[in-house]
Amino acid sequence: MFRQASRLLARTTASRRSRAFSSDVPATPAQDSNFIESWTKVVPNLDPPKTPSSFMAPRPATPSSIPTKLTVNFVLPYASELSGKEVDMVIVPATTGQMGVLPGHVPTIAELKPGILSVHEGNDVTKYFLSSGFALIHANSVADIIAVEAVPVDRLDPALVQKGLADFTQKLSSATTDLEKAEAQIGVDVHSAMNSAITG
Amino acid sequence: MASNAAVPFWRAAGMTYITYSNICANLVRNCLKEPYKTEALTREKVHFSISKWTDGKPEKPTIRSDSPED
Repeated sequence: MFRQASRLLARTTASRRSRAFSSDVPATPAQDSNFIESWTKVVPNLDPPKTPSSFMAPRPATPSSIPTKLTVNFVLPYASELSGKEVDMVIVPATTGQMGVLPGHVPTIAELKPGILSVHEGNDVTKYFLSSGFALIHANSVADIIAVEAVPVDRLDPALVQKGLADFTQKLSSATTDLEKAEAQIGVDVHSAMNSAITG
Repeated sequence: MASNAAVPFWRAAGMTYITYSNICANLVRNCLKEPYKTEALTREKVHFSISKWTDGKPEKPTIRSDSPED
């Protein structure tokens, strides 16, 4: 009788793993009801074990109509700047240009370049300068923005930015190896982005 | 997979994304105004203690930390 238990359990876990794309998945339930039913059939006296999915907060479902607000999670390695904040729009500095994200945006993964992230909520706009990172937009209007370093624009020192820009422009013209050129180019890019953030 | 797709210049020069991202973050941190700059730099200080193992036993560990011997 217990040989069948492992077969039944294996069957339900195998079927649970055959998922389509993550963008199509409906709200994940906190506990797999198939598993619980099979368990109680075979071992009615013991409580079913907790599975990892019961410890996780369930993914919010993709609503059938476009929601009115975008939920933003903006995280850094050392702090969580915004966590589940409901806003009207965010503009992210993607490598392909400034990208505005409204509720109901198509699911997108965007690599970010050094630039300004602006969060629009009603009439308030909060701007952060990001060093680089990624923006993941999900089908249920949740946007996860991750960056390594993000500061409000008024914390940037214009004199240091100008000096850095001049230094790296000079290094770029005197660079020899590919790697040096790449580093100097990165320096020029980041400093010019900071410059336009301060003056723009 | 298009192997001649436009790669970013840093990848063409042999740098990985992590290196690129860390360089960008360091540059931004170095351009902060005063109290924030020291906070950021102290926050990012790294401290390693490395010991080589020979014959199943660790030798004396060496301590390495970031900035000083850059």
